[in-house]
Amino acid sequence: MADMKIGAYICKGCGIGERLNTTQLVNIATKEGKAAIAREHEFLCNAGGVDMIKQDIEKEGVNHIVIAACSRRAKVETFNFENVALNRTNLREGVIWVTPADDDKKEIVQEMAADYVRMGCAEVKKMEVPQANPAHGNNRRILVVGGGISGMTAAIEAANTGYDVLLVEKTGSLGGMAAKLAKRVPFREPYSDPVDTGIAALIEKIEGEKHIKLFLNSTISKTSGAPGQFSVDISTESGTTATENVGAIVMASGFTPYDANKLPHLGFGKSKDVVDQAGLELLAKGANGGAIKRPSDGKEVKSVVFVQCAGQRSDKEGELSYCSGHCCNTSIKQAMYFKNANPDIDTNIIYTDLRTPGNGEDFYRSAQKKGVNFTKGVVSEVEAGNGALEVKFNDKILNEDAVAKADLVVLATGMVANSGVDIDAVKQDEPGQWAQSKVSVLNMVYRQGKDLPLLKNGFNDSHFICFPYETRRTGIYSCGPVRRPMDMAQAIEDATGAALKVIQAVENAALGRAAHPRSGDLSFPSVRMEGCTQCKRCTVECPFGAIDEDEKRYPVINESRCRRCGTCMGACPVRVISFENYSVDTVGYQVKAVDIPDQFSEKPRILVLACENDAYPALDMAAMNRIQYSAFVRVIPVRCLGSVNTIWISDALSSGYDGVMLMGCQKGENYQCHFVKGSELAHARMSKIDDTLKGMSLEVERVQTHEVAITDIQRAPALINQMAETIQKIGLSPLKF
Amino acid sequence: MAVAVATNETILVVGGGISGMTAALEAAECGKDVVLVEKNPSVGGRVSQLYKYFPKLCHPTCGMEINLRRLRAQKRIRVLTLAEVQSISGKAGDYTAVVKLKARYVNDNCTACGECEKAVSAEIPNPYNYGLNKMKAAYLPFNMAYPQRYVLDPSIIGTPDADKALAACKYNAIDLGMKGEVINLKVGAIVWATGWRPYDAAKIQPYGYDRYKNVITSVEFERLMDPFGPTGGKLIRPSDGKEAKNVAFIQCAGSRDRNHLKHCSRICCMASLKQSTYVSEKFGDNARSTIYYIDIRAIDRFEDFYKKVQADPKVKFIKSKVANITEDQASGNPILHGVDTEGYHRYDNPHDLVVLAIGMEPNVDAGKIMPGVAADVSGFIDIHATTEAVFGAGCASNALDVNRSVQSATAASLRAIQVINRVSRAEA
Repeated sequence: MADMKIGAYICKGCGIGERLNTTQLVNIATKEGKAAIAREHEFLCNAGGVDMIKQDIEKEGVNHIVIAACSRRAKVETFNFENVALNRTNLREGVIWVTPADDDKKEIVQEMAADYVRMGCAEVKKMEVPQANPAHGNNRRILVVGGGISGMTAAIEAANTGYDVLLVEKTGSLGGMAAKLAKRVPFREPYSDPVDTGIAALIEKIEGEKHIKLFLNSTISKTSGAPGQFSVDISTESGTTATENVGAIVMASGFTPYDANKLPHLGFGKSKDVVDQAGLELLAKGANGGAIKRPSDGKEVKSVVFVQCAGQRSDKEGELSYCSGHCCNTSIKQAMYFKNANPDIDTNIIYTDLRTPGNGEDFYRSAQKKGVNFTKGVVSEVEAGNGALEVKFNDKILNEDAVAKADLVVLATGMVANSGVDIDAVKQDEPGQWAQSKVSVLNMVYRQGKDLPLLKNGFNDSHFICFPYETRRTGIYSCGPVRRPMDMAQAIEDATGAALKVIQAVENAALGRAAHPRSGDLSFPSVRMEGCTQCKRCTVECPFGAIDEDEKRYPVINESRCRRCGTCMGACPVRVISFENYSVDTVGYQVKAVDIPDQFSEKPRILVLACENDAYPALDMAAMNRIQYSAFVRVIPVRCLGSVNTIWISDALSSGYDGVMLMGCQKGENYQCHFVKGSELAHARMSKIDDTLKGMSLEVERVQTHEVAITDIQRAPALINQMAETIQKIGLSPLKF
Repeated sequence: MAVAVATNETILVVGGGISGMTAALEAAECGKDVVLVEKNPSVGGRVSQLYKYFPKLCHPTCGMEINLRRLRAQKRIRVLTLAEVQSISGKAGDYTAVVKLKARYVNDNCTACGECEKAVSAEIPNPYNYGLNKMKAAYLPFNMAYPQRYVLDPSIIGTPDADKALAACKYNAIDLGMKGEVINLKVGAIVWATGWRPYDAAKIQPYGYDRYKNVITSVEFERLMDPFGPTGGKLIRPSDGKEAKNVAFIQCAGSRDRNHLKHCSRICCMASLKQSTYVSEKFGDNARSTIYYIDIRAIDRFEDFYKKVQADPKVKFIKSKVANITEDQASGNPILHGVDTEGYHRYDNPHDLVVLAIGMEPNVDAGKIMPGVAADVSGFIDIHATTEAVFGAGCASNALDVNRSVQSATAASLRAIQVINRVSRAEA
């Protein structure tokens, strides 16, 4: 890159020119910020202003730009220049909209703006234009693990989009659980009767698809690498192993029905005539549209009771606490197997809440029309009586205990995810000591474990409502019931979505850019190895398992797995990890650029490090609503609170700041951090800062960490003002020069 | 006005709610060109009007911020707001969409400085708050509106207010002569993500939405919690501004009902469970929520949330389809009448406020999109019957929650990409 040439552009629009002395800001940019070119403009975001900047880039060789105007969240498309390092110094939302226009405040408001210009110049000086990861891979093949409905769908959809697919199935045939069904719940109108599963046709399509390479009787014995450059060992039961390279992975390992043997009180294992839903499918398949016979004596079933929520939605130890979502519709379907063969068969579904969302409601009505009986009740016991089973239950409508007799009882048990190893529950292999696990689905050679991290109840769903595919292992997407309990229709949609995400992952990897949520970011972390003390904090704390360790315990960053949050940078005690455009220095120099008035000025300085996704927008929106806060604060947006290195805080305090505030998102069980633990890590790191403060003879109140939501438009400014009051109470820092 | 260059390798996404934004962003991040058409002046859709999401009780605007950042940085997406698709013709890989663009009267010089808003005096009902309050006729639709650009309501054009707005703008951003126009877009595939609307509550006669002030819908209730909403974030009832501490939630208001919507709208149980936490959040031990339900459909892992709410002694569950509502004239309290089916007791329960967990119907009847696009009986797009390259996404295709809408939109986006890839292979 050519020599650095800084251009600073001070906008006078939106009242900035009236409120601030912009000529002084230009001087600061030139003299203190070392901007080669500094200009004011009446209306920087109009065509004239933008053109002026473009001219300076083209003709003057400006390559580092400070736009001192509105927030970085405004006019993004306008101030979008290729191949330059860019800082958005926020004079509008950050200064004039949050401070009073009174004459007696003019000085401190001007000082605020001046500091922001200094900070902008300081940041941009330390920034480089990200050049994308040179070690990226461009393998575009897709690996799909699991040959059930989810895996087959992901495979065929990826192939239909033009990508080559490897489809790996553990058993000797495709189809998974879906192939064991006699029929499926209808997924389109008319929602009146069970329909063909379509599995045979799908298998045929897959077998005839030249873009899909099929591996039956095979499992994944090893996965290493990163998006665009995964290496996987595919092993057969007989012991042969093929090593293949792929760009991204779909994990569709499905579910196992809950073990009904754990429900002896419901008669399973005691009577052959108590089956689970999978068992009933087997009987129905055997009957092939004819009369279903009971297992014990082959007698035609004349009455059947379905027990919903068997071992699920339960607080009992060993049972499932969740609902599996599909079982109400499945029991309705199975009741129809009987009714459609012979309307005289008694079919009774005992449920607590019947859950048939969407047009499942039509299917429910169709069953009622066919004479399927629905009873709101809770089953306590199933006993083998004289020639018939006795289902004891509490009838919730009549509020009384009752008994239903039946030839056959079907237990609607739940889904248990085939999610492999719970990586948080087992000890990880030492570097160099990795060994394959029989339980694992993916056998990843990752520092943080062999499978995807689990969410709740053994499923590895995304934690995020808006982003169901926000995986914690970049380039690896789970879909189907391993992710969340779901029916076939949903699994097909889910698998199609996952197919898009793997395609996107290989395309992103090939360009060396980040996946969501920092989509398109070309920066990536690099480590100055000579300074590394092998402390392993980065490898442990990376939320995405992007950093492995070599045998000497040095970090090995897999750039294509990285999501650019900077947690590693925040974790590093010796500060050797940085991004080209975001580093200990880009923030540290901003902190140091602020002009600290002396101890007798009565002008405190409070540093706010604000999460760019929640706290910073909240402050922006406070400004849009002209909610004011102390002009003594200097706000720096950070990628994530997890990226905050404590050196920034100690530097700020030792250079005379009176207070430091960290604003990150909600932590804990319902955490909102899209980098998983950033806010939590920051809170943990800050809980240890008290000793540092005491060592510096400073009050502990001078550093505060807050959880701030994007909706805290009134609260975030209030927190700042409270901090300003606290500082007033305890007095200015003695550490000013 | 924005000129959208589109070709038969462009994907048209209709609707800028969370499904449409997702479909557009996912396709663009796979390297495809997209035109995103939104009828309102801002993208964001119905989720931007929610206070919190179930079950995490996090804020929808958090995810919207991420999506907006993706959108602002994404050169492959062109966003057309105040734009509605009038018709579509053609076939897969070669469609022409006729799009009607309404005048905004504000061009992209706008800096969102807000001076025009200060200058005008006329007020109009605020659609972002379901008309529960008014706003200036020069407005930014909401705090996070994108594009971050003001709008002049057509009702002030030709009035002195328009001239005042014009005079107040220092940036030549107001163009009172702006005209609506109709443009043709040539596109290869279409993702139809026009979302849902609440069922017309007034049609459920026994509940008296049109007669009783203190009967409101669940979507309106969300707006009461927003500190920038019509009540400044206070949970107060419309008739007299009294705090609504004793709130009834009526499930299946319009849904699972042959007279109204036959389908189950899926989200309403969870929405009411969530909203009961709002009441508890505001009033602590003084809060009283009563949920009148047929079945609580807290499907799959939402069960946890249901259990958490059940454990709150301030929330009561009554299994009953409420028969009708009357009003106590002196207090303004709505009184719910019906039979508790668990034990068959009659009840006549007064509450401060009634919230109808209103059903979901598709915004656009799928049968009217274009020939070949099939609708189910509720007007949702039947994604399995659609052979042409018009793909339903989100609540245009089914009654879905946010998470499932995003999944659906991601799937629809891939289906559109498949068509585009076929087109480009054929042309290569």
